[in-house]
Amino acid sequence: MTPLLEVNDLKMHFPVREGIFNRSRYFNRAVDGVSLHINPGETLGLVGESGCGKSTLGRCIVRLYQPTGGSISFDGSDITHLRPGALRPLRQNIQMIFQDPMESLNSRHTVGEILEEPLLVQGLGKGPERAARVRELLNIVGLPARSVSRYPFEFSGGQRQRIGIARAIALNPRLIVCDEPVSALDVSIQSQVLNLMVDLQKEFNLAYLFIAHDLAVVKHVSDRIAIMYLGRIVETAESETLYKEARHPYTRSLISAIPIPDPHRNVEREILTGDVPSPIAPPAGCHFHPRCPRAEERCKVEYPSLELVGEAHRSACHLNNQLGASADSTG
Amino acid sequence: MSEQPLLRVDQLVTEFDTDEGTVRALDGVSFDVSPGKTVGIVGESGCGKSVTALSIMRLLPQPMGRIAGGNIRFRGQDLATLTFAEMAHIRGNHIGMVFQEPMTALNPVHTIGKQLVEGLRLHKNLSLEEAVKQGVDILDRVGIPSPDIRMSEYPHQLSGGMRQRVVIAIALACRPALLIADEPTTALDVTIQAQILELIKDLQKEMGMAVMLITHDLGVIAETCEDVVVMYAGKVAEQGSVYDIFDRPAHPYTRGLLQSIPRLDTQPKSRLSVIEGMVPGLRDLPAGCRFENRCPLASEECRQKPPAEEVIADGHRVSCYHRVSV
Repeated sequence: MTPLLEVNDLKMHFPVREGIFNRSRYFNRAVDGVSLHINPGETLGLVGESGCGKSTLGRCIVRLYQPTGGSISFDGSDITHLRPGALRPLRQNIQMIFQDPMESLNSRHTVGEILEEPLLVQGLGKGPERAARVRELLNIVGLPARSVSRYPFEFSGGQRQRIGIARAIALNPRLIVCDEPVSALDVSIQSQVLNLMVDLQKEFNLAYLFIAHDLAVVKHVSDRIAIMYLGRIVETAESETLYKEARHPYTRSLISAIPIPDPHRNVEREILTGDVPSPIAPPAGCHFHPRCPRAEERCKVEYPSLELVGEAHRSACHLNNQLGASADSTG
Repeated sequence: MSEQPLLRVDQLVTEFDTDEGTVRALDGVSFDVSPGKTVGIVGESGCGKSVTALSIMRLLPQPMGRIAGGNIRFRGQDLATLTFAEMAHIRGNHIGMVFQEPMTALNPVHTIGKQLVEGLRLHKNLSLEEAVKQGVDILDRVGIPSPDIRMSEYPHQLSGGMRQRVVIAIALACRPALLIADEPTTALDVTIQAQILELIKDLQKEMGMAVMLITHDLGVIAETCEDVVVMYAGKVAEQGSVYDIFDRPAHPYTRGLLQSIPRLDTQPKSRLSVIEGMVPGLRDLPAGCRFENRCPLASEECRQKPPAEEVIADGHRVSCYHRVSV
């Protein structure tokens, strides 16, 4: 199967300007050599802590940012350097859902106008056809038809996120980049939205890049998961494999840090010390070594490459082979 | 629960004046916090969990908010009727508080040292040198590297996790008997959250204080709390030990919440069970049970009159006509 989206060695370095001449002496290496692919109809979960570059990566893929290196190809054609005019047809196929449904909806437009806009921009359909499509979209995401003439503030957080989803699917895209789509929602509402997203994926054969920091949520919706740390992917595997046989020490501590809603479980957890370092001056060698419980001399100088450690399972750690042996004990 | 509680909240009613009239954010909330224990208050946004904390601390926004009924007994004294000066003596001294957002809880124009020493000097009458010495000690205790240097730094120079440690240090500086933590880890990453929760647990053991932990995360509750209070739309739906709540949930809302969270061991892309609809607004609350419009078991009785709280086992209380017996 040819992948729908293929990202190769993608880099997004933001200049940090300072001084009286406003020169950029440093770069924020938000995304620093990421490769990944997503197949049609598949969900790739992208997990990491704040500042790891996961949102930047998502924005590069929808080309809200112009990446500074590497390539992105969609459906076999290179989209890395498309000019704004040439991006318009692409946007029919790649859409985005944002975290904060209040800030991502124009508060001065009615829901009808918000949902009609993508159709207008793409020049699709005449007035009545567009109106029919808006009604259809509202129906698909489970909002009443009378929502058309209402404004975003009249809706709750969960309903606003449904509007955001309706807008994203308006053009029948093939890939949706979802940036923390349920993080701002309450637990009981979160499950409603997750169910809707899974249903839509089955119905329209959508592919998702699902970006989130909550590993339990990501594991629930994803076929495969990639773990990101300081601008790079440190481990990637199928969801079940990643959860049961995590190799990378960072993935393991991430899994171990998740609070489990079961008072009988009394796990000794590996608590990481320290914070995520700044992506402006990442540590030499493996970026994770200052926090890693198993770091050796080599980890301080040499960045480990992402190596195959099992079927469709890659991990970037010098100690991959030694860690493999004890992998079963974490499951 | 035979021992004398440290804090007893009894039939607490808190109201807010708004442009469209008075709304009742808390309507008869009762629970106890025993000395040295951790009580979790869990619920969704708008259920009144933060208002409960602000009512206890007497920090309701003025002049809109007020305690309109019930009492809050802390070591036998009713906090609801104390004067401002009397309350100032309790706050920060006997009851410490940690807020969700560590950036807004700290004053950006004062050094960490100044904010830390302020409470110590005020409540403990310490000399400046003595207060600084204790301040450095407590910063060291909450795991801040080179605490003497950090004393002269400003909040923006610290990361989110470090800032939350400073807020905890300030809250604990006077060794309070009760720590109220309102979503202390919600703004933090999961690896930092684990550090902070562990720190609160350790300090609690060391100082023997009680903790009232407010959160929406059932995972955090299960791992840190002994007793749990489940709130819904300004009322307590169910309360009991952490085992009562997780093993024998009796209220349909508690059951719904527990079933709707994705867990690491569920089948990927399986359907999560949901609680249909959403929390009613405080202005159009149902006449009967507040969960009635979302409840799968709702009957005519539920629409008529709100259910009273019943004790179904030692310490396990539920407000529901159709409580599920386990």
